[in-house]
Amino acid sequence: MNEVLSRQGLVKVALIGNPNSGKTSVFNRLTGLNQKVGNFPGVTVDKKTGSFSLNIENQAKLIDLPGAYSLYPTSVDERIVLDILTNKEDDLFPDVIVYVADATNLERHLLLLSQVQDLDIPIILALNMADLADKGGYKIDSAAITKKLGVTVVETNGRSGFGTSEIKKAILNKFNTKESNCSRFKFDNCTTKVIEEIKSSLSIENDYQAILYAHHYQNLGHLGGNEKSAIEEIIKKNSFSRIKAQVDETMARFDKIVPLVEKVVVNTSNTETSFTEKLDKILTHKVFGSIIFISILLLVFQAIFAWSSYPMDLIDEGFAGLTELTKLVLPNGVITNLITDGIIAGLGGVLIFIPQITILFLLVALLEEIGYMSRAVFLSDSIMRKFGLNGRSIVSLISGVACAVPAIMATRSIGDWKERLITIMVTPLMSCSARIPVFTVLVGFAVPQEYYFGIFNLQGLVVMGLYIAGATAAILSAFVMKQLLKTSEISYLVMELPTYKMPHWKNVGITVFEKVKTFVFEAGKIILIISIFLWFLASYGPGDQMVQVEQQVATEASAQNWSETKIEDEIASRKIEVSFAGYLGKAIEPVIEPLGFDWKMGIAIITSFAAREVFVGTMATIYSVGSSGDDEQSVVERMANEVDPETGELVYNQATSFSLLIFYLFAMQCMSTLAIVKRETKSWKWPTIQLIYMTGLAYFSSLIVYNIFS
Amino acid sequence: MKTADLLKVGEKGIIQKFLDETITVKLLEMGLLPGSEIKLVRTAPMGCPLYLKVGKNFLALRRKEAVNVILK
Repeated sequence: MNEVLSRQGLVKVALIGNPNSGKTSVFNRLTGLNQKVGNFPGVTVDKKTGSFSLNIENQAKLIDLPGAYSLYPTSVDERIVLDILTNKEDDLFPDVIVYVADATNLERHLLLLSQVQDLDIPIILALNMADLADKGGYKIDSAAITKKLGVTVVETNGRSGFGTSEIKKAILNKFNTKESNCSRFKFDNCTTKVIEEIKSSLSIENDYQAILYAHHYQNLGHLGGNEKSAIEEIIKKNSFSRIKAQVDETMARFDKIVPLVEKVVVNTSNTETSFTEKLDKILTHKVFGSIIFISILLLVFQAIFAWSSYPMDLIDEGFAGLTELTKLVLPNGVITNLITDGIIAGLGGVLIFIPQITILFLLVALLEEIGYMSRAVFLSDSIMRKFGLNGRSIVSLISGVACAVPAIMATRSIGDWKERLITIMVTPLMSCSARIPVFTVLVGFAVPQEYYFGIFNLQGLVVMGLYIAGATAAILSAFVMKQLLKTSEISYLVMELPTYKMPHWKNVGITVFEKVKTFVFEAGKIILIISIFLWFLASYGPGDQMVQVEQQVATEASAQNWSETKIEDEIASRKIEVSFAGYLGKAIEPVIEPLGFDWKMGIAIITSFAAREVFVGTMATIYSVGSSGDDEQSVVERMANEVDPETGELVYNQATSFSLLIFYLFAMQCMSTLAIVKRETKSWKWPTIQLIYMTGLAYFSSLIVYNIFS
Repeated sequence: MKTADLLKVGEKGIIQKFLDETITVKLLEMGLLPGSEIKLVRTAPMGCPLYLKVGKNFLALRRKEAVNVILK
């Protein structure tokens, strides 16, 4: 056996190919569920790795490199491919490359192949026939490609799994046969001179690697400062024009590829393109296309807003039952409380998101698979780009009206980092479903139940106004961030509109599974820790005041003959007042007083960090009507009668209620969102900025609103 | 000098060369090769981006980018 295979029997294989080549299907076929999604260091591009066995003694470690059109990168995805392939020291540098190309679109897909071939890494061309399997009139002469390009060709079908074992065989064979690249690119004299000088200066062997260094040395992370200045020197000395060389090289490569493809491909059918053309006449039509797009957005919203509520209620009830059961089984005490109110409640808070994530990604993955997403970008580009957003951002913003967590996870497909970041930053301003209980309780205090013209309910209009205010704030914040965030990259749109395809259900299923897994195990950890911390804040206080409170209630209860529920409610109410959360609420009172809030609302604002709807439950506890459970009526009645002891005025007057509504609309009060932003941006920087800017926006908006109405 | 952004809906042209070299490689990669036929299929609701057919591929380009595609 040779050197590579003897290395613990582990072969490093990289999948490379253009976007829309069917690479993901081949990856899923090779690895099944034996895969892991991580991030490439320093960037937030999905790094999918997996493993499979080549034969009894040899395992392969497979990495799915991001889709790229060439080694002249214009996106983060493409830069990663370049970075890895030009650095033999990189952990991910492959022993063998499996290059996936869409057989129906060979011309474009062979460009990157010809570049990668010049790097002298053993390579196998996997021709993905999935989309021609059921079409006649299209034939490819694989043997001729092998002969012309000197590359092993395997015909595969990502849809049926055909060809998977042939790929494995071809990988093993790569170690037994040495083949030479017979179509190496020939550079002109000036370029050759640059190549030779870089090769000797940096002591590298490969010509193409040397020229890639010349083109990209500024952006290659693995090159040291000395190497970079050496390359710069060489380029200057030879007055090497990089852009011109790139254009010349690309043109020359196509000059060889185009006649080759003409020779090896026999195509007598154009059913696929004509089907796409017909469908796009409607789907990208100015009027009908826009209507269909809006309908799809409404469907997505409806699905995660309404349909997911059934499984969510089940999870909610399930965890409530589990809490009850645990309390019955375990003895009363601190540990039991930690398990039931801290851990079980926290776990429930994580798992409750699964239905929404599942449903959203089912739809999003489906739209991506079919090829519709790029049409959505096409239709909305002119509006969205004014605000620094992308057509895909719309899907996130609309989903954000149901819940920001899956919405933010869905921003992964936005290729441009700046557009993606802005979408992540503004999506939580869209009024999500957790705000609804807060709105329902407060809107009654803000405006009377009146009808205009007999049909327009004033309270309904105010709630609608809040939704519009949230959306407007999101769009305006995006516009501001577009100005603030500076990137060196020029914004442009050169986008492939792939032909429509039947979705691969396996790919959709794996996407959904991966998203749920990532959320539960990565964001879930943070959510669990914060919810335990919040539970601690609300359940414990300084000194022995908690015990004193209980004794106090016991004395009063026996003197005034209170009922069992009354005693429980009183204890809960007085306990939260002397808890850490209670003290924190009082401590922030001077800060929130200008907004018209008292310390009780302060406590609710703190506990709402678990999720905004906790506001209602906290208020019920504070006003000792906690035993009424989820019934909003009793807490609303109690709040309506709350009078300021000093002024004798109603606490929930119009000014305070409006101010609180606006605060809950704009403030970043959701640990789950912050946890997912941390996970998606790979740093605490962005969630921190988000927390500050949203809470700042909330504070000043509430201040203004309070002063207008009081 | 006719450029791709000046095509009328349904009109075809043949690509000759490109204006801005910095975006040329990207356009080539996407299949806009000199000598290929380019057709403006339709435009998006606000008149931009453009829905183009090049060879048998479909592409979306903003007008700003299409200016760089010089036609014969």
